[in-house]
Amino acid sequence: MKSCILSTATRYLLPLMLLFSIYLLLRGHNQPGGGFVGGLVASTAFALYMIAEGVLAARRALQVQPTTLIGIGLGIAAASGGLDLLAGEPFLKGLWLPVAVPVLGKIGTPLMFDAGVYLVVLGVALLIVFSMAED
Amino acid sequence: MRVLLVLPILVPLVTTVALLLAWGRRGLHRRISLAGAIALLAAAVGLLVSVWRHGILATQMGGWPAPFGITLVADLFGAIMVVLGGLMGLAVIVYSLASIDRGRERFGYHPLLHGLLMGVCGAFLTGDIFNLYVWFEVMLISSFVLLALGGEQAQLEGSIKYVALNLLSSALFLSAVGILYGTAGTLNMADLSQRLSAADRPTLVTAMAMLFLVAFGIKAAVFPLFFWLPASYHTPPVAVSAIFAGLLTKVGVYALIRVFTLLFVQDPAFTHNLILLIAGFTMVTGVLGAAVQGELRRILSFHIVSQIGYMVMGLGLLTVAGLAGSIFYIIHHIIVKTNLFLVSGVVHRLGGSYQLSELGGLYRVRAWLAVLFLIPALSLAGIPPLSGFWAKLMLIRAGLESGRGTIVAVALGVSLLTLYSMTKIWAEVFWKAPPGKQSEPAPRKPAAHERLRPRDRLLLYGPVAALATLTVLIGLWAAPVFALAERAAEQLTHPAGYIAAVLAERP
Repeated sequence: MKSCILSTATRYLLPLMLLFSIYLLLRGHNQPGGGFVGGLVASTAFALYMIAEGVLAARRALQVQPTTLIGIGLGIAAASGGLDLLAGEPFLKGLWLPVAVPVLGKIGTPLMFDAGVYLVVLGVALLIVFSMAED
Repeated sequence: MRVLLVLPILVPLVTTVALLLAWGRRGLHRRISLAGAIALLAAAVGLLVSVWRHGILATQMGGWPAPFGITLVADLFGAIMVVLGGLMGLAVIVYSLASIDRGRERFGYHPLLHGLLMGVCGAFLTGDIFNLYVWFEVMLISSFVLLALGGEQAQLEGSIKYVALNLLSSALFLSAVGILYGTAGTLNMADLSQRLSAADRPTLVTAMAMLFLVAFGIKAAVFPLFFWLPASYHTPPVAVSAIFAGLLTKVGVYALIRVFTLLFVQDPAFTHNLILLIAGFTMVTGVLGAAVQGELRRILSFHIVSQIGYMVMGLGLLTVAGLAGSIFYIIHHIIVKTNLFLVSGVVHRLGGSYQLSELGGLYRVRAWLAVLFLIPALSLAGIPPLSGFWAKLMLIRAGLESGRGTIVAVALGVSLLTLYSMTKIWAEVFWKAPPGKQSEPAPRKPAAHERLRPRDRLLLYGPVAALATLTVLIGLWAAPVFALAERAAEQLTHPAGYIAAVLAERP
């Protein structure tokens, strides 16, 4: 059963929620937030879209398989530690760019790790939600 | 040096990532999985060589100095275990290329297996007790899914028992870690070792030791906490059974040995005598349980329990000789037990059953498979010159040196019963005439086997033959392995070197 109200509202809510999830991801280093919460919020955005438009549409909107997201996320997180090894530092030590980037502030491997977590959480949550909806 | 410590964890992780990205492409999956297993084994051997040459290695995660950050540390014992993990991973992955069905491969068998290996290697390398808990969970979650993957009725039944008991054990482990942290104010094992030896309330320390004993005891499947093991290990596909049988309980044994040589050595008259008592009961109940079973993998599962008793026995003695015996026993056992499970899978392929009563006459069609079974089976029972003989000899000599006659007598008696069990399998599976066909001549070739392509045959028999050869080689050239085990045991009994390596290592 498709609801016109939900469908219309979702069209506006989806980008807002995704933006909010990115905001949570970026502020997470020193304030409440981070990759885990950001990933959860992003997954609720797609879950809402799924409720409004159905699983197929939500999968199309996501464009990639949830398992691929998990893989990419884990890869990014592992690479954030791998960079340390290449630089001759202990595994997972925070490396920072010397100059601050506008808007984002100082960026370094901790943000990279968090971005990996974000994608893993998004992938896992959507994998669960989609599989349950398809059953 | 630092890289070597991280690699056994990083390699399976990267392999898992590659497998996730190649989701759905079966051919690529199998190649990546195999390459990952080979890389893991290479990294593990590199680590062992490095630890042998340079002594105990340690590195601090994230550059936070010990005892505040998480330490990765490899002494010889840990490095040996990582090598065994890599070796079993490779053997089982090669074997599963020909034995795991497409459905399971499609639903992530290979990524899960590498996740499991990552958890196992992490547990062997961590120097932080809470991090050990985390690695246990990584390992357990992968194993839960591997056990249930496929969704057959028996599998789900086995999984429920396995999951329930392991969750209980994890809860106990976590509470024990909590109390330990509340008492000592640190989680770094080297730091804990120092603080606990200076603790002013030794009874509280012993109480915590008991919590750890129960938590790890469930994972290691010692008496009287082993019931989940024979109830679940015979249900999944045989490759999964084999890696579980070879590695998972041994992670429990590893944790017991680590904790009861490094942390809880204040009151050995109580704790280690209790461990010795448990060891005796574990040996006896395991072997008696096996004697009444009629299903191939159940018999082997009960023998895991029985053999755990031997490994724990060396810990109970708490001497260099005893611990060296335990370590030698673990090396021998992991290789032999995985191999026996792999052979049971081949038997199932040929005979179509795991029930002894429904099998028979395999010697007539596959004489050399019978030999491949006989090598690990006799090794398990401790017949010279195979690896099991030296392992038992070391433990028994250590027991006699410490004047523990009873446990030595139990160990010898259980060996005899083990031989009985192995003879029973031999007689039923290979020797006796096939059931129901006494009157007619046995077929020269079983039908199922003819459908095996030559490549599959190589993938199935290759690991079995390689592990059997390894058993024989360890038996014939026991001296280098003995030297390795003894040096590892010396490091365990003199934790000062471990503590210095961890706390002195500045990032």
